[in-house]
Amino acid sequence: MQSATVTPTDHQLPQTLEPRNPGMALDLDWVRRAQANTSAIERRAKTLPGRRSVKKDYQAAWMLKAITCIDLTTLSGDDTEGRVRRLCAKARQPVSADILAKLGMPNLTTGAVCVYHDMVPTAVHALAGTGIPVAAVSTGFPAGLSPFHLRVAEIGESVTAGAEEIDIVITRRHVLQGNWQALYDEMKAFREACGNAHVKAILATGELGTLRNVARASLVCMMAGADFIKTSTGKESVNATLPVSLVMIRAIRDYYDRTGFRVGYKPAGGISKAKDAVTYLALMKDELGDRWLQPDLFRFGASSLLGDLERQLDHHVGGAYSASYRHALA
Amino acid sequence: MTVKDIFETMEYGPAPENAADAFAWLVDQGDRFGHFINGAFTPPKDSFTSKNPANGETLATLSQGTQDDVDFAVSAARKAQPKWEKLGGHGRAKYLYAIARLLQKHARLLAVLETLDNGKPIRESRDIDIPQAQRHFYFHAGMAQLMSSELPDRAALGVCGQIVPWNFPLLMLAWKIAPALAMGNTVVLKPAEYTSLTALAFADICRQAGLPAGVVNIVTGDGATGELIVNHTDIDKIAFTGSTDVGRKIRRATAGSGRALTLELGGKSPYIVFEDADIDSAIEGLVDAIWFNQGQVCCAGSRLLVQEGIAERFYTKLRARMDGLRLGNPLDKCIDVGAIVDPVQLQTITEMVASNSDGHTYAAAVDMPVEGCFYPPTLITGLAPSSRLMQEEIFGPVLVATTFRTPAEAVQLANNTRYGLAASVWTENVNLALDIAPQLVAGVVWVNATNLFDAAAGFGGMRESGFGREGGWEGLAAYTKPVSPNKPLARIDGFKGDKGPQDPLDRTPKLYIAGKQARPDGGYSKQVYSKSGALLGQAPIANRKDVRNAVEAAHAAKSWSKTTGHLRAQILYYIAENLSARGDEFANRINALTGARNGRKEVDSSIERLFSAAAWADKYDGQVHNVPIRGVAMAMREPVGVIGALCPDESPLLGLISVMAPAIAMGNRVILAASEPFPLAATDFYQVLETSDVPAGVVNILTGSHGELAPTLASHLDIDAVWSFSSTDLSSEIENASAGNLKRTWVNRGKARDWAVDHSRSFLEAATEVKNIWVPYGE
Repeated sequence: MQSATVTPTDHQLPQTLEPRNPGMALDLDWVRRAQANTSAIERRAKTLPGRRSVKKDYQAAWMLKAITCIDLTTLSGDDTEGRVRRLCAKARQPVSADILAKLGMPNLTTGAVCVYHDMVPTAVHALAGTGIPVAAVSTGFPAGLSPFHLRVAEIGESVTAGAEEIDIVITRRHVLQGNWQALYDEMKAFREACGNAHVKAILATGELGTLRNVARASLVCMMAGADFIKTSTGKESVNATLPVSLVMIRAIRDYYDRTGFRVGYKPAGGISKAKDAVTYLALMKDELGDRWLQPDLFRFGASSLLGDLERQLDHHVGGAYSASYRHALA
Repeated sequence: MTVKDIFETMEYGPAPENAADAFAWLVDQGDRFGHFINGAFTPPKDSFTSKNPANGETLATLSQGTQDDVDFAVSAARKAQPKWEKLGGHGRAKYLYAIARLLQKHARLLAVLETLDNGKPIRESRDIDIPQAQRHFYFHAGMAQLMSSELPDRAALGVCGQIVPWNFPLLMLAWKIAPALAMGNTVVLKPAEYTSLTALAFADICRQAGLPAGVVNIVTGDGATGELIVNHTDIDKIAFTGSTDVGRKIRRATAGSGRALTLELGGKSPYIVFEDADIDSAIEGLVDAIWFNQGQVCCAGSRLLVQEGIAERFYTKLRARMDGLRLGNPLDKCIDVGAIVDPVQLQTITEMVASNSDGHTYAAAVDMPVEGCFYPPTLITGLAPSSRLMQEEIFGPVLVATTFRTPAEAVQLANNTRYGLAASVWTENVNLALDIAPQLVAGVVWVNATNLFDAAAGFGGMRESGFGREGGWEGLAAYTKPVSPNKPLARIDGFKGDKGPQDPLDRTPKLYIAGKQARPDGGYSKQVYSKSGALLGQAPIANRKDVRNAVEAAHAAKSWSKTTGHLRAQILYYIAENLSARGDEFANRINALTGARNGRKEVDSSIERLFSAAAWADKYDGQVHNVPIRGVAMAMREPVGVIGALCPDESPLLGLISVMAPAIAMGNRVILAASEPFPLAATDFYQVLETSDVPAGVVNILTGSHGELAPTLASHLDIDAVWSFSSTDLSSEIENASAGNLKRTWVNRGKARDWAVDHSRSFLEAATEVKNIWVPYGE
């Protein structure tokens, strides 16, 4: 069991509060036993928003919690240092100070900032002293089809550049071909390359074909030592959905029941409304428990979600529906 | 708590639905209600109160329906009925559509009223009860529209008395009223005394829809008022949803009255989980199966059967899930389990669980409200089939569980019950699912799902869960009758005589049981004479032991039900072929017995009936219902099982074959009591059966007194249906005695049927039950 040193600057990293998932031997029986009944899962996902509702101060608190779980993200070909510095500024002050003051929650920040490798130094510099970690997407993101040794090397480069979290992409081919051993080996190699940096495995669920594949890939990645499992790159045509999330967090629950190690969850892409964020938090609370509602075990991969959360908080504080131009851009 | 505190604890907090509009509506009505009769409310009588079970507060005072009230309502319905029927399908469709629209416009008011009155979570009344009620009216607006083109030979029954339970007050009202109105009936409906408010709000909606006065009448009150409706002689049909005990009483009370009856009763529905199931989804399914509406659901998946290899892990996960349920104020939008409907029901549940000492009882570790009628979600594992709680319906949030080893054992355990309402099967193996579903004795089977309902798919039970279907095309039979009325049937007695036989060489007709000729247990025979008084022979007099033996033989022949329609057709053709070969002999026999001269015609018609049944054997298809899910609801026609039939007296061969052929064509096994005055055609006929490859026990033929055989057949707990076409009117005795296991009855009520006409359709319908198998799919 590895455990990183706890320092005031990395309070939002999983390994600071929990022993890190060391992984385990590939258990193919378990992997192949995993089932996911699509219709039943969709029914559960569909009724959840109607079953759970938070109002007034509770709603505000939940929205603030959602903000602390955001990996504020920019992953565009036209990213520049200036753009990334703006994003980092927003991560440090995600909601206007007066609104936060009224809610009694000053000093709130997002969970992390997520960028491409080239932007890591800029982000690390911009966030120095804030405790907000920088996450780098890696391993030939988003398709993950560059030479394997380069993908491994890319992780090392990003860690050296100061990224404390690495979002790797898996080779979807291994899942589609049922080559679980290859997936396991790949994930294990990525994890090793990360060293003390914390690793999120992006499954690209929109490209895995079936929910059953999602369940099995989730298990294999956890067995190979993933600290987090994450739905999507944000570049697939279908990104995070509630049914996919159910499958992945149920796999996390099974893994915890079996090993005692908590693995984090990150839905990414397509979550842009405050109401959706609250539903995701309820899903985590109901399926995994309160422990998984903290940023060390739960993150949203999102760029536009913050804007809606901010507007809704403004409404909560002021009583009137807000306009987006009243809130600072990222 | 400050926002910062909540940020740390991440509790849900209260999220109450605003009930102000519902209370305002009650105040507008004066908080006091009379009955809704002939388009207007009667003056309120303040007989009893309707309370909110979540906090005991009184919501309104209601009136107890008296004989005068019921008389008034029935006469209003009677008066309105002809005009309503004559309005035509399209005319009625417009009103049903208007009601559906109004149910939508007032959706939230109705949902809040329902939750206040019943205690069910607002999520359920808002997302399930009220939308489903709307759906029923939309769907049946369509049925009204299509009636003239699709059901040209059906007519309205007349006035329907309908009694609905308290667990889905408005939804059950919709299930009852929508099809009745669509088919041109008028109704007198009694809501349950605990939950009358949405029915009264519905009355208001009827006024807003401009529904003609008297078409819908709502009479409130308790079981005593219900009895007044059940016993009212000017009502044509009773439809009841409620407990099996009350259903049995209603069966007895209406026996012989000529009133049509459908019963939707209790259940102890199995919830089967195979080891290859998606376990988390199966557990989530249980939340919808047994903790939906606090388990107060007739089709609740209340009996969990888990395959041994996964049982412990399943139970552990299930207990954890139970702890995550939120119990409390039903008006809270963040609540899973609301209040039990009434302190009386709470006490029943509490006592039933307390009286059990078998197995291991786990009550969910949930916060319990300090006041109101609440019971924690409970799981009792390690029960044996012999445990009382495995057999009896609890009607509360209590799940009982046991394990099984093989698919065959799962079926055996699932069917080890007096009930047969619903079942759930969880497996990722489509072969297994589609093998198990047809074997389960249940009117509805859900594959990898539970508690799916829709107006397009019939709902209703087998065994003591009642009879009749609600919803779908199959549900319309419960609210219609054939257009052509039958003439009275006079009793036909055998001829008397004192002459000897024409041919001294004796023949000994016997009973035909289990494919063998059997002497009657009692050792008595009856002389059979011709019209001219010549002795034609002796027919054995079957007694109750012969019935017993025949029923056992019929059950032993259960594999007949699993044969293909093609095979059954071949055998039916073969019977026809062999009968034809002996046609003259049978024609002469019939002429000798009846003293008429139409023997040849009867033989020819009999051969034609056999051909009809053979033709239908592989063509009386089920349906795939158009339900609003990604999946199919397959309405499969299954044989009723073992049918006891008193055959027509007037046509000794044609009558028997008209009854037998469609029944066995559908896979039933039959016990036929031959024509009482003219039994010897039937005893000749078993020789035809013997040469026609009919497996032993599929057809059993008894002779003797219909009056003596009927009570034994009707009370036999292992017979699934009893039919009577006897010229002795035994309708009352049969319907009365059938209450024991609530078997399906089809009796002639002393009315004749023209056997020269092919009635195969009616027989096919009576010989089958519709099982709806819901198969959601998607990968």
